[in-house]
Order: sequence, then C-alpha cells, then structure tokens
Amino acid sequence: MAKNRLGKSSAFYDIYERNPSSDKTVTHYCPGCGHGILHKFIAEALEDYGVWNRTILLSPVGCSVFAYYYFKVGNIQCAHGRAPAVATGIKRAHPDSIVISYQGDGDLAGIGGNEIIQAANRGENITVFFINNAIYGMTGGQMAPTTLVGQSTTTTPRGRDIYNEGYPIKIAEIISILESPVYVERVALADTKNIMKARSAVRKAINYQVENKGFSLVEVLSPCPTGWKMNPVDAKKWVTNEMQKYFKLGVFKDVGKERKSRKVNGEKVPLNKVPDIIDIPSDEKKEISRIEKKSEEKFLKRIKIAGFGGQGILLLGVTLAESGMMEGKNVTWLPSYGPEMRGGTANCHVIVSNQRIGSPLVDWSDILIAMNRPSLDKFEPKAVPGSLIFYDSTIVNRKPERNDVKAIGVPFTEIADGIGSTKVLNMVALGSLIRFTGMLSPETLFEAQTRVVKRKEFLELNKRAIKAGMEFIDSLKES
Amino acid sequence: MAKVLLKGNEAVVKGAILAGCRFFFGYPITPASEIAETAAYYIPLVGGTFIQAESEIGAINMVYGASSGGVRAMTASSGPGLSLKQEGISYLCGAELPCVIVDIMRGGPGLGNIAPDQGDYNQMVKGGGHGSYKVLVLAPNSVQEMCNFAILAFELADKYRNPVIVLTDGFIGQMMEPVEFPEVQVEVPKKDWALYGEEDDNKKLISSIYLDPDELEEIVIKINKKYKRMEEEEVRYEASYLEDAELVTVSFGVVSRILSSVVERCRKEGYKVGYLRPITLFPFPKKIINKLSEEGKAFLSVELSNGQMVDDVRLNARQSDVHFYGRMGGNVPSEDELYEVIVKILKGERKWLKTG
Ligand SMILES: Cc1ncc(C[n+]2csc(CCOP(=O)(O)OP(=O)(O)O)c2C)c(N)n1
Ligand code: SF4
Repeated sequence: MAKNRLGKSSAFYDIYERNPSSDKTVTHYCPGCGHGILHKFIAEALEDYGVWNRTILLSPVGCSVFAYYYFKVGNIQCAHGRAPAVATGIKRAHPDSIVISYQGDGDLAGIGGNEIIQAANRGENITVFFINNAIYGMTGGQMAPTTLVGQSTTTTPRGRDIYNEGYPIKIAEIISILESPVYVERVALADTKNIMKARSAVRKAINYQVENKGFSLVEVLSPCPTGWKMNPVDAKKWVTNEMQKYFKLGVFKDVGKERKSRKVNGEKVPLNKVPDIIDIPSDEKKEISRIEKKSEEKFLKRIKIAGFGGQGILLLGVTLAESGMMEGKNVTWLPSYGPEMRGGTANCHVIVSNQRIGSPLVDWSDILIAMNRPSLDKFEPKAVPGSLIFYDSTIVNRKPERNDVKAIGVPFTEIADGIGSTKVLNMVALGSLIRFTGMLSPETLFEAQTRVVKRKEFLELNKRAIKAGMEFIDSLKES
Repeated sequence: MAKVLLKGNEAVVKGAILAGCRFFFGYPITPASEIAETAAYYIPLVGGTFIQAESEIGAINMVYGASSGGVRAMTASSGPGLSLKQEGISYLCGAELPCVIVDIMRGGPGLGNIAPDQGDYNQMVKGGGHGSYKVLVLAPNSVQEMCNFAILAFELADKYRNPVIVLTDGFIGQMMEPVEFPEVQVEVPKKDWALYGEEDDNKKLISSIYLDPDELEEIVIKINKKYKRMEEEEVRYEASYLEDAELVTVSFGVVSRILSSVVERCRKEGYKVGYLRPITLFPFPKKIINKLSEEGKAFLSVELSNGQMVDDVRLNARQSDVHFYGRMGGNVPSEDELYEVIVKILKGERKWLKTG
C-alpha cells in the first residue's frame, strides 16, 4: 500500500504523536484520498501567510475527524455537523485567531445543514473547507446528500433515485446566493490543472480571513477510492467525468475586494465600571431614593390584581412591589405570563410584607383589584373574610356579593378617561388603593414611577391619575 | 449594595456578567426569553458578544467553541430547547469544558405549554445526553438566588471543568423580587488547557474522542472522580424543623416557596412537619435524607411533574415511607391543597405514592 505522507510544513507536526498507528509519519487516509492533498494546501497557506501559530482548526465527524493528528495548530474536535457553530464561538472569543472549519459532505450538507447556512449568513469571519466526496466515507460508504443520481452506495443499493432521495445538493450555489459570504468557489482534486486551482482557492479563502473580510467557503470535489470501490486512478477520473458534470467548478462569489475589513477587537470595559453599566445602583444612590418606613407590627398584604391584557395590570403590580421595596418591605411580584396575556386575561400576585415571604402565590387575597367582570367572578370567592375588593365600577356590571368583605367600587375607567387617557386606569386604581389603605405613601409611589415606567412622557399623566384615584376615595369618605 | 426589583430571568444575567461572563448564545423560548433579551442588551455594553443562534443546537455548540477559548460562556432555554442541547452537553462533559446553562422549565412533554413545570428534572439531573457523564445542577428558588447561583455556577464550572446547570421553573424566572448584588469582580484567569489563538495552542486538544477502549475507560473514570468529588464537596440544601419532624417535605423551585409557607402553618397547628430543600439536585443531599430516614421520619416529595426527584428521595430513604404529590400541565398546588395532603398523611388517612 502506498504510504500517505504530508511532507514538511510548520503547520504540520513532524511526528504525529496523536496517531495511534505504529508509524507516526503517515496519515490514516486511504491511498488516493483527497483529504491528504487538501491538508497539504491548507498547511502550506497557513505557513505562507505566517498565521499557523494563531490558527485553530475544527475537526468534524467523518474521515477527517483526526485532522488534529496532523495540523500543528490549536485543535478542536466537534460534534457531527456543528463545526460552524463551534467556529462561531471560538472566533468570537478570539477574533485574532484564524479559524478553519474542515467538514465532509455528510457533516456539512447533511446533519449540519442549518449550522453552515447560518454561520455563512452571519458572515462569520472564518474559512470553511468542504470536502465533497459524494459519500459517507467513515461509516462505510452510505449515501451523502451529494451522492450523484444513480450512484450506488450501501444505503442506495439500487442507485440514488430522485423520487426517493431527490437530487444531490449544491452547497457552493446555495451559500453563494446569501448576501454575507465573501468568497465561494468549487474546485476539484482531479487533474493537475484543477488541483492547482484548488491550491489557489485555499490560499485565497485563508487570506480573506487574515484580512478580516468575512466568510469564505471552498467546496472541494474529492476522490474517495474506498467509498466508491475504485482504484485511485479511476477515482480521479470519476471526479472529472461524473462529479464535475453535475457539480460545476468555478468561482460562485468573490466580493473580497469590495468588502471592507471588519473591526476585530471591541473595547475592553474596566471591571469597576461594570455594575454601573448593567444598572446595578451603587450605595450612594440608595441613600437618596430609598424611603424607609420602619414599623414593628407584623405587616402582610397579599394582593391579587386581575383584568384584561392591556389594562396595565402587570405595571400596576410592579409599581406596588417597587414602592413596597423602597419602604423597606419584602416584596414579590408574580405575573401570569406569555402570549396568553395578549388580548386575553392578565393577572398578577403581589405580596408586601415585613416578614420573609414564603409562597409568592396569592391563593387568598387580602386585597383584590378586579378590573373586569370575569376577574371579579373568578377571584371574589378567594378573598379572605374581612379583606378588601376594589373593582372598576365603570365596566364591572355587578357589585361583589360577599358581605364579609369590604367592596369599594371606583370608576377607574371613567376617571382615567376624564384625565385624557383610558390607559392610566391602572394608576387610578393604584391611587385609590393607597389612599384607602394607607399602606404606602404617595411620595414613594411617585418615586417608584420614575424607576419602573419606561416612557417618561407618561410620568406626569400617571401622577395625575394616581392623585385622581386618591381624590375619589377622599370624596367617598366625605359623603 | 442597594436593592433592585428584578425578574429572576434578569437577575441571572446580571449575576453572570458580574461573574465575568461575556459570551451569551441563546434562542428565544417562553418562559426563558428574558434571559436572552437581557443578555442581548447588557453583554455588548460590557464588551462581550451576544448571538441569537439558529437553534439551541447552534447555541450550545457556540458555547462549546467559546469555552474552548477559555472564556466564560452561557446559554439559557426551556424544556424543548434543552432537549436539543443534550448532544452538546454530552460533548461538553466529554471534552471537559466549563459553561453555565439555564433551564427555566415549562410544561411538557412535547410542546406542552409555557406554564411552570419541573418535568426536566430527569433530563437535566440524570443526564439527557449519551454517555457516562453528569452535570452539577443548582436549583434557585428566589430571584436573589438566580443572581447568586449564576456566580456560583461559573465558579463551580471552572473548578470542575464541567457544565453547571441552573434549573428552575417558569415562576422563579418570571417572578420579581428585590435583589442585593454582591460586590464581585471577576477577572477570568487564563486556563492552561484552553485555546487562545497563539502558538502554544498546538500542544492542546479539545476533544471527546478516544478510540482505544482502555483510554476512554480511563477518561470516563477520571471524569467520574470529579462527580464523586462534587458529591463530597458541593452538596447544598436548606432545611428547617427537621429535628422532631415526623414528615419531611422535599421540594425545589417555586414548590419549595409554597411549602415553606405550608410548613409554617403546619407547625402553628402543631403538626410535626419538616422542610428540606435540595439546592444542588446533583449532587443530591443523600446523607441528610439517609440520616433522617434512619431516624424513622417519613418523606413527602412535592413536584411539578409525574414524580422524578422522588426517586432520588426514595433511593436514600429506604427505611421510610416516601410519599409523592405532583401537579402537572403547568398547575401549581395551592397552600391549602398541600396542607391537606400533609395532614392526611400524618393522620394516616391516605398514602400518596407515586403511581406507575
Ligand atoms: C449524531 C451522529 N450521527 C451519526 C454519526 C456517525 N457518523 C460518523 S462519520 C459519518 C459520516 C461522515 O461523512 P462525511 O461528512 O461525508 O465525511 P467523510 O467520512 O466522507 O469524509 C457519520 C454519519 C455520528 N458520529 N454522530
Ligand atoms: S474512506 Fe474515502 S474519504 Fe475516507 S479516508 Fe478513505 S478515501 Fe478518504
């Protein structure tokens, strides 16, 4: 058997220590296999561009799973088909490294079809070498997505049938229609002329990465004498005569010249700046904004707020919780969440207490705020005897039936409309709640508003709504 | 530091950033999406990288790549996404790569629903991927812990060169509570096994392939020694009222919050009920359960699932009656419901055993 030697290059190890074979100077590839030639071209280019010492090579799953035996670079072995995602991770971590994803056709075009398209589409600044040998070599000659029509393999024993398996997939064409990639070429390891073209393509693809231009992919039609059950000479001929007929050679895309080099390294943020950047307030800020009200008595309010999605139920709850926290209480806020809120019902559970809060769920409420009829129907039975029920008397067309609770009807909607926006009915509710119960001071609420309301233009309106809610309660007390 | 009212899903990201995490790879899924959204907002501001991956498979493999580069990297999802990440988790364990993975559990199987659930216990704690591996699993039950455990998770991941999971349910992710941020600043040290795009890299290999059975066996034994060490050094739990308890409740996530209220109520009514909350689900607090079992106490495991953690309780409480009460589909038991279950068990009126 002819020995497969890769020859000398600073991008190859002199001795393949990781190769378990007794002869540590030959590769594990079969005679006549294309992988060895492609390895040589890659190593040569890495050496010539002087980047082998900052290169990280990703070995796929397939016959080239052991590429790390040979390349004297940083090596990562990846799960089947996932190399482009792994490449994304390591390249983003070390943008100055040269990252090469080396993949077979089962790996790249089959199981890893999504990973390659998405990495290409993100325009990752990596180089992909795609060995298309029309077969699964490593597992013993099964069909690949690139297997030719009629080609027999161990899983297409009667030949690839377009009605069962479809046509072979053309990766170079697919990748080249994406906007982001810089360079896509298909080459063939067949006759000398094309082999030399392959060599140039490998160099160009690596150079574009060195210049930080972005994503390149070279599809390499490559003989697999073993998988095809041919001798190396016939295998080369088969590449020329059969594969090249269907897989056209050539440059499918090359916009390297027009593309600007990308900026690689972002600014490093000093660690002591981080808390401020991620909105963790410093202790000084705490002194200004926290309004503590100390009280020795046990304080526990379990509040259920319910209504339609869009009534600002969740924000009402958040404002309450924020205010409670500012007054030094323990608080929890638990929403009904997810798409169910859109248009449907929404509710949230808020607990404000000076004790440690166990369950954040309000099964039984000390205060129920019912913003619509279904909410009142649903939660009235779960109000603690002696507790409070606030309801929107504009839209809830019945009074609470329980006579062991205190029911307070407030025309939230009407009052909000009077101020100029139905939207602020939640703030009207909040105002009436705190006025009636005295559980929080209005100043705390106003301050809490500035923290939780994202759109600052609403602050003034909200404040007016809170006050209007308070005034309504005052008017009840007077009458 | 001052307290901030935050969602669990936000706190876990801020904790991670304080822990030095600068790489986040995610994919949207309710009820975990705020994690990716918060990361997308803050991580680039601190000089890091956020990528919305093509899938959870893409995300976990990006984590694999970034972690190979020695940086602190993270991903988050919920049940269906975690199912897809299992391949990557197995590879991460095989290649001994540290990272943090958050699972905000939702109802399953299949698409299930987005309500809180704990049915991922088996896939996360027992290892849903292939091979003889384990991951360390932390189970926060408050927003404060979401922050603290993100930090702890990165420490443990690096200590053991192994993925660490932060496992909780939709309610703990969605809930808001005040968080007090610890004053930590982590400069992630250079790791001698990681790749940095420099000449020295050629002496290193990130891989999980070992063709020789003896060699692979040796590696698997080596990584399993780490798991043994975790069992010796990392067991964490919270407990109260154990001493004179006749029945010890075992729970995690939002259930443990509900039970903490229920146990208080039981005690007030004179029922001898104890409270045990495993904080590490792997390593599971075997010893304490064993000891309590030897003392003749019974157990009640309450879960939002068909009974998964209860198997671990039973395994370590051979002398005891081990009861199980579970709700599924996104339903969460009320305090009254659990109180009633406990009283019935104590009065011998009913045994709640895992069915099936
Ligand atoms: C998830 C998974 N599925 C299947 C395999 C088995 N497998 C190993 S190599 C291979 C085919 C690789 O073929 P290709 O990418 O064409 O590379 P070649 O061997 O031809 O160079 C397969 C299916 C695996 N390792 N992992
Ligand atoms: S099976 Fe084919 S691809 Fe694999 S080493 Fe042999 S010739 Fe090369």
